[in-house]
Amino acid sequence: MRSSRAVPEYDDETRRLIDAMREAEERAIAARFEASLDYSGAPAESGQRGVATRRQFLFGAAALAGTGSMLPRLASAAPPGAMDFPVPADSTREQGRLTNDDGGYGSRSQFEDEVRWRFPTATKESSWTMTPLADGMGVITPSGLHFERHHGGIPNINPASHSLTIHGMVNSAMQFTMDDIKRFPSVSRIHFIECSGNGLTEWREPTLKTVQGTHGLTSTSEWTGVPLSTLLREVGVKPRAAWILAEGADAAVMTRSIPLEKGWSDAIVAYGQNGEALRPEQGHPLRLVLPGFEGNTHIKWLRRLEISDQPFMTREETSKYTDLLDGGKARQFSFTMEAKSVITFPSGEMKLPGAGFYEVTGLAWSGRGRVKRVEVSADGGKNWHLASLQDPILPVCHTRFRFPWFWDGQPAVLQSRCQDETGYIQPTIKQLVDVRGLGGGKYGSIYHLNGIQSWNVAADGSVSNVHHYA
Amino acid sequence: MFIITLNKQVRFAGFAMCLVSGLVMAQGYGGPYGFGSAPSAEELAKIDIDVMPDGRGAPPGQGTYAEGKQVYEGKCVACHGADFKGVKGTGGAALIGGRGSLSSGKPAKTVESYWPYASTFFDYVRRAMPFNAPGSLSANEVYAVTAYILGEANIIGKDQVVSAKNIASIEMPNRDGFIRDPRPDIFNYD
Repeated sequence: MRSSRAVPEYDDETRRLIDAMREAEERAIAARFEASLDYSGAPAESGQRGVATRRQFLFGAAALAGTGSMLPRLASAAPPGAMDFPVPADSTREQGRLTNDDGGYGSRSQFEDEVRWRFPTATKESSWTMTPLADGMGVITPSGLHFERHHGGIPNINPASHSLTIHGMVNSAMQFTMDDIKRFPSVSRIHFIECSGNGLTEWREPTLKTVQGTHGLTSTSEWTGVPLSTLLREVGVKPRAAWILAEGADAAVMTRSIPLEKGWSDAIVAYGQNGEALRPEQGHPLRLVLPGFEGNTHIKWLRRLEISDQPFMTREETSKYTDLLDGGKARQFSFTMEAKSVITFPSGEMKLPGAGFYEVTGLAWSGRGRVKRVEVSADGGKNWHLASLQDPILPVCHTRFRFPWFWDGQPAVLQSRCQDETGYIQPTIKQLVDVRGLGGGKYGSIYHLNGIQSWNVAADGSVSNVHHYA
Repeated sequence: MFIITLNKQVRFAGFAMCLVSGLVMAQGYGGPYGFGSAPSAEELAKIDIDVMPDGRGAPPGQGTYAEGKQVYEGKCVACHGADFKGVKGTGGAALIGGRGSLSSGKPAKTVESYWPYASTFFDYVRRAMPFNAPGSLSANEVYAVTAYILGEANIIGKDQVVSAKNIASIEMPNRDGFIRDPRPDIFNYD
């Protein structure tokens, strides 16, 4: 199933990092499996599974293989974001728990345990976590599962003492408190944010096992805030201005240069996420949202915008987030996240219980606008079939696709590819490598991988990550 | 919380009355809104810390290789190493080496080999380093550690004093190594 193309050797450092990532993913898989035993209604010691829900297709392969790290788990320990309550033998024979007993802010069921898992970077301050896409429904990512990327930890900021300063090539420099910002006319927009490092392990060979590992650095939220254009009008931008430096109030004092025209078009200075204040990990109390741009530019904990005529050439737009090509030159300011899709069910580490009907589903998105079309192949790209798209199809937003599939029990390779409203069609990984090269970095170009994902379905129903070309 | 809300409403009512005598604006209103305040020079100076490739924003000050060696050995070496290659497990990046490696297939992206401007280094160290005490270095210390690292990388002489006046004139080896994003670069359009 794998490509016959030669896979270059990794250097020692890269091999260690990849091994560590594999181990982290294994730990996450093992934890999910233990949790499914604890909470599925089956006795933990029997290893039996309860009713086969979609959720329980997950991690079948891990259960068979055994991961060697299954530690006993306290039955009283509810998953993160849940509270542990007694489970009655018959919920119709006794009163349920008390209204508002949760203190007025609800939590998820103790039977739901999907979590983000962390990439094993050297420090926990500069690190990232992946959204569990395999469990996702619809297009909105729960705020507590939105992927994270931090360069200096998560600052804890009191909104009452936070402000945004806009200065530089403006008629009048201004400082806005959070109260000031919330008085401006507001907008709410549903947009994905994708880290340009999403899939960085997958350039050379299939590396991580789950869709959470291969694609978990994209998430969608409804963002509420003030159009940046409103604030630009308020301060008055001088002629010859062309760039905006956006700066965060974290320990990295994260900075990126943004083209001024993005500020005049659809950029949002956001304080709301999915109907409430931003989560601290997402920039509370204020972040920049730049629809379609790579995640790193959506500066969190936003404290300052400086208008200038030139880009600032900060570390994060030179040393990092640049695409080193064969030949030694690097692409810079590669802002747009291009059209991409991935099948989330079935996906890596799941195990289909047998031949029969399955609804193949996944997500498609493009930084250039709306998704126009998604096609699904079950034979590794020889034949493509139109998938249905869930309304409403929003610009620069995850779009849910579905495809009815009758699996005949024979080995299959599932793929999806999408086209956006500009006509651009998602390429294969090989096409990207042919243009950008592999020699340029540890994993290839590292950033901006939007190639077609292939999931191999073996005759026994186990699903695995492969590279496959028709 | 209620007090703040009430206060805002009162302020808004007063503001709206001055502007439009309390009328509802059926056609919308495009501003100006008059919210916010002008930051004081001190407030601005405290956060306006960026330094640009042409030297704009460089704070007054200067530093030498010898002073920078002291700073490095006291505050940087634990993560970046005596050999400047980065200490495994700390997350500290390699700072020196790799020149000429970018097209080799095993590129080493360091300050020496990859970073395009001295200002990029100065700006980053000033805002985010050292990792355990970000933003704690004085301007002179940042100039000094710049002189030390770029001196060790043989980008400038070890006798060169780095200052606000000359930081823009330092030429980094990979200054011309970046090209603008040409995407889309795959054309499967139909």
